[in-house]
Amino acid sequence: MIHSLFLVNSSGDIFLEKHWKSVVSRSVCDYFFEAQERASEPENVPPVIPTPHHYLISVLRHRIYFVAVIQSEVPPLFVIEFLHRVVDTFQDYFGVCTEAAIKDNVVVVYELLEEMLDNGFPLATESNILKELIKPPTILRTVVNTITGSTNVGEQLPTGQLSVVPWRRTGVKYTNNEAYFDVVEEIDAIIDKSGSTITAEIQGVIDACVKLSGMPDLTLSFMNPRLLDDVSFHPCVRFKRWEAERILSFIPPDGNFRLLSYHVSSQNLVAIPVYVKHNITFREGSSQGRFELTLGPKQTMGKAVESVLVSSQLPRGVLNVNLNPSQGTYTFDPVTKLLSWDVGKINPQKLPSLKGSMSLQAGASKPDENPTINIQFKIQQMAISGLKVNRLDMYGEKYKPFKGIKYMTKAGKVPEGRRDEAALP
Amino acid sequence: EGSDGKYHVGSSSMKAPAKPIAGNNYGHHCKPECFRSRHDDLKEMLDSNKDSLKLEAMKRIVAMMARGKNASDLFPAVVKNVACKNIEVKKLVYVYLVRYAEEQQDLALLSISTFQRGLKDPNQLIRASALRVLSSIRVTIIIPIMMLAIKDAASDMSPYVRKTAAHAIPKLYSLDPEQKEPLIEVIEKLLADKTTLVAGSVVMAFEGVCPERIDLIHKNYRKLCNLLIDVEEWGQVVIINMLTRYARTQFLNPNANEVLLEEGEEKEFYGSDEEEGKEEKVEKKKPYVMDPDHRLLLRNTKPLLQSRNAAVVMAVAQLYFHLAPKAEVGVTAKALVRLLRSHSEVQFVVLQNVATMSIKRKGMFETYLKSFYIRSTDPTQIKVLKLEVLTNLATETSISIILREFQTYIKSMDKDFVAATIQAIGRCATNIGEVRDTCLNGLVQLLSNRDELVVAESVVVIKKLLQMQPEQHSDIIKHMAKLIENIQVPMARASILWLIGEYCEHVPKIAPDVLRKMAKSFTSEEDIVKLQILNLAAKLYLTNSKQTKLLTQYVLNLAKYDQNYDIRDRARFIRQLIVPTDKGGALSKYAKKLFLALKPAPILESPFKDRDHFQLGSLSHLLNVKAGGYQELPDWPETAPDPSVRNVEVMDKRKEKKKVEKPFYSDSEDESRLTESADSDSNTGSGSESSSATEESDSGSKSEDSGGESESEQQEKPNRKADKSRVKPWDVSNWEDFNNNNEEEKIQPDWINCKHTYTHLASKGSKINSFSCRINSMANGLELLKLFWHSRVLFVCILPCSAQTISPTFSSLKTYELLHRLTGEGLAVGYCFGRQPFVRDPHMVTVQIQFTNHMDTEARNLRVREPRLQSGMRIKEFPEIEVLPPGETVTTVMGIDFCDSTQAANFQLCTHTRKFCVSIQPPVGELMAPVFMLENEFKKEQGQLMGMNEIKETLVLGEACQSDYAIVQRVTAAANVGQVPCGSDQEFAGKTMTSNSLVLVTVITKRDRTAQLTVNCEKMVIGTMLVKDILHALSQ
Repeated sequence: MIHSLFLVNSSGDIFLEKHWKSVVSRSVCDYFFEAQERASEPENVPPVIPTPHHYLISVLRHRIYFVAVIQSEVPPLFVIEFLHRVVDTFQDYFGVCTEAAIKDNVVVVYELLEEMLDNGFPLATESNILKELIKPPTILRTVVNTITGSTNVGEQLPTGQLSVVPWRRTGVKYTNNEAYFDVVEEIDAIIDKSGSTITAEIQGVIDACVKLSGMPDLTLSFMNPRLLDDVSFHPCVRFKRWEAERILSFIPPDGNFRLLSYHVSSQNLVAIPVYVKHNITFREGSSQGRFELTLGPKQTMGKAVESVLVSSQLPRGVLNVNLNPSQGTYTFDPVTKLLSWDVGKINPQKLPSLKGSMSLQAGASKPDENPTINIQFKIQQMAISGLKVNRLDMYGEKYKPFKGIKYMTKAGKVPEGRRDEAALP
Repeated sequence: EGSDGKYHVGSSSMKAPAKPIAGNNYGHHCKPECFRSRHDDLKEMLDSNKDSLKLEAMKRIVAMMARGKNASDLFPAVVKNVACKNIEVKKLVYVYLVRYAEEQQDLALLSISTFQRGLKDPNQLIRASALRVLSSIRVTIIIPIMMLAIKDAASDMSPYVRKTAAHAIPKLYSLDPEQKEPLIEVIEKLLADKTTLVAGSVVMAFEGVCPERIDLIHKNYRKLCNLLIDVEEWGQVVIINMLTRYARTQFLNPNANEVLLEEGEEKEFYGSDEEEGKEEKVEKKKPYVMDPDHRLLLRNTKPLLQSRNAAVVMAVAQLYFHLAPKAEVGVTAKALVRLLRSHSEVQFVVLQNVATMSIKRKGMFETYLKSFYIRSTDPTQIKVLKLEVLTNLATETSISIILREFQTYIKSMDKDFVAATIQAIGRCATNIGEVRDTCLNGLVQLLSNRDELVVAESVVVIKKLLQMQPEQHSDIIKHMAKLIENIQVPMARASILWLIGEYCEHVPKIAPDVLRKMAKSFTSEEDIVKLQILNLAAKLYLTNSKQTKLLTQYVLNLAKYDQNYDIRDRARFIRQLIVPTDKGGALSKYAKKLFLALKPAPILESPFKDRDHFQLGSLSHLLNVKAGGYQELPDWPETAPDPSVRNVEVMDKRKEKKKVEKPFYSDSEDESRLTESADSDSNTGSGSESSSATEESDSGSKSEDSGGESESEQQEKPNRKADKSRVKPWDVSNWEDFNNNNEEEKIQPDWINCKHTYTHLASKGSKINSFSCRINSMANGLELLKLFWHSRVLFVCILPCSAQTISPTFSSLKTYELLHRLTGEGLAVGYCFGRQPFVRDPHMVTVQIQFTNHMDTEARNLRVREPRLQSGMRIKEFPEIEVLPPGETVTTVMGIDFCDSTQAANFQLCTHTRKFCVSIQPPVGELMAPVFMLENEFKKEQGQLMGMNEIKETLVLGEACQSDYAIVQRVTAAANVGQVPCGSDQEFAGKTMTSNSLVLVTVITKRDRTAQLTVNCEKMVIGTMLVKDILHALSQ
């Protein structure tokens, strides 16, 4: 399936190559570079590029292109999903997935890639199995290995490979047994100029960090499971149990993993936790425009709105801005026309505002587009949908684990787009 | 990052010949001039005795390979280390070898013997990796060796090695396609494998080598469907895609009749699906009934929509799209919409597929319309695709919302996107007649937009729209004509000119004036504009020659000397046609017809229309070009091929018989006599069983040979057993014969005999099988066995006598302390689990409670109070004991429903003076009751509780646990389960009290005092805990 893999950095250098079948010359990447040049933005490079003899399927993560070379029919998502899994694995192993980290650990990277694919077909992609085969590099282990001559490579077939729970390694032991769950919700909304919501939806994930000895069997139940409209599970979750009882029952992998992603049904009204008052005007004939923006919290159940970041793409006609933030700092890039304002925490008593003037290109006509405003924020200790975990039980092991759960809400990819409404065409 | 730093410091102090290792200083130290000497260093290091040096050298070599630097001249030095003891060195050597063996074929052969040795290694990981490397070395001379190795590995005991064999098949095939036939044999063999580990890989090999051999799938179809959920995610994708194709050849189109019924409505919505409509008419006659196998596939794939893996979700979605009845396709929409929140590459692929689906199955995405709204941060390619989907989804009802949405998109700063939006508006206008005028007006408004690109794109779209009904819109045409002065975009100018020319009768005054202006600027126009000027001139000449004759000739003259061939040609052509000359071209009288013919309006249709002839989710679909190796999705057959090809002997017969069984038992009153034939049946039965028993012991000795490979052996077991039963399905066939002959029991006398036989034989477990044959031969079948079995383990008296005559096999029940005599101030209370069913409630566990009064005074009013229970638990208190005199002991019984959990039941025990808080915590083994089951039934149930529900452990049997009898004792003591009477292994069955979930326990003993314990239980918690308890009991 996957013939070869090339890693390309943002300046267009191939800094790693790996082949699983006969070697494909790296000149095949020229087609990729061509497409890259044609694309205006890095993310506009088509994920699938046909070339005379091969097909290139690529993903862009951490400003690195992972370019897989394919020779014949294969579901493109299969390759894309696999490449993302590779990136996740690197991140898991090295903490970050950067060019430097990959170069520093090139041998481990190579060993990993060797285990993950056999003849281009995925072999072991579960992090727990890989970690038994190839131990992640740590300072201590590197030193020990140097002295004792022992290796990072496991000699036995990971038990997970054969067991019915391939995602969990065996023989896990901890002195402190703990299980943490983070319920993170993202709110995605488009709001029109007048402040009414066009679409709003909530997506959530439950990320877990489970460090429990032995083979614990966990069940996690919710106070209000009906909220969850659409879910996708880590393979460890027993689907039937969920279908029947709306309970998450699973033997967890060891370490960090994403237990569940969910979508809150759109029937439930989504309360947008912040509002924006804005007044952005350009006058015809004048080279000045006015800019006023005020933020305020609403429906946050008393929780503070933090890490607020406002960004807006101003019209091309804007030369520069002269603004005065009541708190935080703002930057304006005159080339990309991107205004961003790092607000910080919203104080309900003293609402943050950003006011001032914009200078326009002399003689240019009044820009007719209304800028879109994007807002990022975080609210700790609250899941905006109201989802609540009821309890977590452990079976199968005798010890008492420490259990923790954390809630957080943040803005999704595009929390608020403020757009000009006009009459129907 | 810090880690590597440390590492380097360490190694340089070790006097390594070269300082940089592994990835250090990557990219800087490899200038070509220093290559030679550096390689010598590496060779030295590889030749040294120290593993650490070798490792370092290999790491550097691998780093070179990663950078794409040629390291082939090190081949001789590296290949020497192929048998190195250090496993990491060895692995890196393998990596190197696979990469360069093709270039250095002769030297590569040196390593082959190492791998051949590895293939025989007792460690399955080593066997597998030897096969992996051997099959990856692309050297044609070793093809026969590879073939042999693959064949051997395909029957290896370890499923992991078999998986590796499956992976090796396409490797060998690509090296030598001549090997196809023998490889297909191996594939056929591996397809029959029942482990989930192998399934995905062998289907992958099947797809690579012989995708046309659909006949190989028949027998494995149901198994693949059933295993699917437990196969690893990548295998799932491959299997689902393959099964989609398979289903298309074997089943009938589920939508055939539906489409026919709703044809009227259908036509409007899916006007494009004409072929479908035709097909249906042919098949009018018989009502459609879905093949159960078809349903099985749909049912078993549906849960996978919840997979975290986008490729799996997509695979299921395409399966439903291509195979499911129309009404069911919708279930996939939600999952597909979920994928839109994933990485942008995933979105890109999913949207392409949604675009195709939304044309044919518009309804399925209607409720998710808003999910396709475009966000300002989407990359352009995503925006354009979303626009495509929105356009496809537009209906009379949703169009107004969609248009309002489009209106905002036009204000975007992304101009490519704006252009696409305008195109989309045009398409909506052509598709939905009601909004045509609204759209047109909107587009006309855009003509006054400040952005020229917007205007130009609008002009082009308006031109197309106007062509549909020009007579109503002469004012728009006028308006456009005026625009020509301002618009500079060539395509737009050309469109306007074409419009004016085409509809010059609607703008009789403006048209000649436009031509005048154009004539003026002719030389500076773009080519496409020039061509349209010529066109306009010709048309005007034909309709209004008075005003435009001179102008036309002027333009034609200009064009005659144009630099562009096409324009010169066109000018010559037009002149000949329209200007009457002496020679009088024969065509000139048709000039009007040629130029002013009514032209059909262009059809604006989706580029995704009809893309669904490619299998969705495939690369070919995405590119809309057939990719290499793409397997066509066949059309549905007119009539279904024989469905019986999918029947698998053993399994199926049993299914069919099941149906027969019911009436058989209910009719049991009309007794028939035992006949000779049944006896002879039982003889053959016992004969074949004994032979299979010897086979069993054979396999046992084999496992010893392979040394310490117990886990793989265990995996192997079920397979082998299944194989056996296929060859000699003695148990099953016997049963069937009974059923067929409809013979009935003569219960009473034989039953008593039988009981004696059994108690006698139970101590010699090995003879149980022959006993079972006897039971069979007695032909009173299940009923008898059930009776008999119950009486032994459950003490339930179905026949009145049995309760007295049969004593428990485990003589003493284990007693637990509830209240110590000291804490109880003289009152001691103990309890044990009685194992009888609790009379008043079948879900309750019977707890016998024994009170002993050590006080000097009598205790009164002993009773239970204030039970504090976990939710769902229930308790049935014992009747109050009024008086317990000193020194006396009394026993009573209470029932507790533990809700299948080992949570303690807490309550207060009260006397007339005191109360004590006590709790009863059941061992997991007490939460169940035995179930009667025959071996084949047991196997079947076990087969349904695979995967997550199966737990296996290997153990060393304790000193006192060597005999089969002891094992039975220990297991039944640890858990309240009943032994399966005629099992070939020690098999026990029970079900939990509350939920009646089956608990199946299997103990397989081996010669070297080890045994394998398997517990299958739907409740995994119970399974896990039970394994522990039994493990403990057996290893003592």
